[in-house]
Amino acid sequence: MSNLMITTYLVVGATFALYLYIALKSRAKNTGEFYVAGKGIHPVLNGMATGADWMSAASFISMAGMLAMGGYDASAYLMGWTGGYCLLAMLLAPYLRKYGKFTVPEFIGDRFYSQTARLVAIICLIVASLTYVIGQMKGIGVAFSRFLELPFEVGLLVGMAIVFVYAVLGGMKGVTYTQIAQYVVLIFAYTVPAVFISIQLTGNPIPQLGLGSTLSGTDGVYLLDKLDKVVVDLGFTAYTSQKGSTLDIFLLTMSLMIGTAGLPHVITRFFTVPKVKDARSSAGWALVFIAILYTTAPAVGAMARLNLTKTIQPGEIGAPEGNLVAEERPQWMKNWEKTGLLGFEDKNGDGRIQYYSDSGLSAAEAALAKALKEGGDSTAAQAKLDTAAAKHAESKFAGFGWQGNEMTKVDNDIMVLANPEIARLPNWVIALVAAGGIAAALSTAAGLLLAISSSISHDLLKGMLAKNIDDKTELLYGRVAMGGAIIVAGYLGLNPPGFAAQVVALAFGLAASSIFPAIMMGIFVKRMNSAGAICGMLAGLGSTLLYIFWYKGFMFIASTAMAPDNAANWLLGISPGSFGAVGALINFIVAFAVSSITKAPPEHIQHLVEDIRVPMGAGAAQSH
Amino acid sequence: MNNAQRYWQANIRLVIGCLFVWFFVSFGCGILFVDQLNVFRLGGYQLGFWFAQQGSIYIFVALIFFYAWRMNQLDRKFNVEEA
Repeated sequence: MSNLMITTYLVVGATFALYLYIALKSRAKNTGEFYVAGKGIHPVLNGMATGADWMSAASFISMAGMLAMGGYDASAYLMGWTGGYCLLAMLLAPYLRKYGKFTVPEFIGDRFYSQTARLVAIICLIVASLTYVIGQMKGIGVAFSRFLELPFEVGLLVGMAIVFVYAVLGGMKGVTYTQIAQYVVLIFAYTVPAVFISIQLTGNPIPQLGLGSTLSGTDGVYLLDKLDKVVVDLGFTAYTSQKGSTLDIFLLTMSLMIGTAGLPHVITRFFTVPKVKDARSSAGWALVFIAILYTTAPAVGAMARLNLTKTIQPGEIGAPEGNLVAEERPQWMKNWEKTGLLGFEDKNGDGRIQYYSDSGLSAAEAALAKALKEGGDSTAAQAKLDTAAAKHAESKFAGFGWQGNEMTKVDNDIMVLANPEIARLPNWVIALVAAGGIAAALSTAAGLLLAISSSISHDLLKGMLAKNIDDKTELLYGRVAMGGAIIVAGYLGLNPPGFAAQVVALAFGLAASSIFPAIMMGIFVKRMNSAGAICGMLAGLGSTLLYIFWYKGFMFIASTAMAPDNAANWLLGISPGSFGAVGALINFIVAFAVSSITKAPPEHIQHLVEDIRVPMGAGAAQSH
Repeated sequence: MNNAQRYWQANIRLVIGCLFVWFFVSFGCGILFVDQLNVFRLGGYQLGFWFAQQGSIYIFVALIFFYAWRMNQLDRKFNVEEA
């Protein structure tokens, strides 16, 4: 076993020991502790736990890569996944804390005095959370298999076992305290390599400032200007300029913001603080802890893109010796080729690697190969390839004897995972990145599983099917539901359904189009009645699902798609992932229309709304 | 209008003000006017790009704390604080 492996086992093992120790120290004794940690978590600590809960394997591993490849356009994710906390702090969190119950469907069911509304909310919650958790399970498996060289399945089972111990024993209380530890691990793991790389490139130890600084060893050339020039010279769009349509970027940002504010596992975190005013400030603290990673990510992405490009194209473009000799490629490239996340092919046989934008030639070649292998429309694919080849033949690159982009695979995830190796950082930093990725996936998985299990035991069993069970029995059911949810999530992680990659669009679309508008109207519109809310939720949900399925296929079975999934076919150029905001708008319009022609809500509900609007009189944890 | 209604009205005014800033820095400076702002620079950043990838996030954080601070003041002024 190599030194790096031993270090990685030690670091990851130490973090696991810490999580288990915390789990044993914080067992839940009643349902209040199991669902909302007895509402006794300090707002700063709750903010930290929320940060870990929120930042998933996708934030930790994939986002910097999305920025590196997407440039400016990926800003939608940065603004969308942070701006939602403003909506949460001002529109939802304090009022839900004042209401003082355990779950999101419980609020919706009570406020709209309807078991139907509660059931719709339960279904949205379970579908959104379950699809989201599959991605985390996959992230855990990938981190284990890459860094500890264990089979994917073993990694996933170890991860499941760890979550099982602390989530089943401790419920929200155990999950919260482990999330605090996990936040510390993941933020340290993310920022340390970023600081090193920022110093190497710009001399500035703060990545957020390094990104706006000049490059070391040049006379005053700004990093971003250099990056723009390097990628444009290679035929790509400038890093800082916009590629997609403004409307689509606008709506994607809006959908992610509303979706963030409507995701149940995030909302539930604000039920755990002692007071209404703590819910307000805790959302601020959560965003502080999230912003540390989210403002570092653009620096990691841009610097990784520059490093990668300069590695492959160290000299002048077009000069034969300007490109990396394939045999002399650095060790980290060889390491990552083994995982399949990175790949190259010497298309022009010059023994060197070319990485450039080839007018869609490589993409067309891949599409044709796929069509031939899977029996698709190979005539159309061949026609597209001919067009791309003709276009490429006219480009300056063809004149250099280049025959297509030779970096056949550069996975987004590489940018964070391989970063320490690219920058030649010590082994302990690489081990730390492994522990950080696992912490990010575990903490989010636990939060999601808790939202699912409390919805089953509290809303479905206690609220609808077996109303007379006592607290102790409900706690037992909560634990059983948690165990069941972990097993289902693990099974889906091992046998991911075809739609696993589409979860982001689905989870955020559901949360944005159904849950967020329902809660918001429940608080801000006293006149909103049950008929309006239910029709609104169903309309928002239905339209969003229809739009996503229309282009992605029903239940994500690609062959059932009604139209090709590309910008030319989208309604007004709105991509399926951006439709949540439109779904939310439909929800609001339908809800107002229906409620205006039906009876006002009963007196006691109107009093309830008046009551949740003022902080005074918020109690400690209460069940019913 | 009773005390609770006046408190709610003050709250709504505050929320609208904060959400205006929220919208302006992200959707405004970061998306709709990004090209116009990119003419200006903040060190090595084009200004619009900076709002989209850095500035809006910092302002979001400040905005939530400002909102929390003002709401605590309003809670006291209208005497609706928690015990």
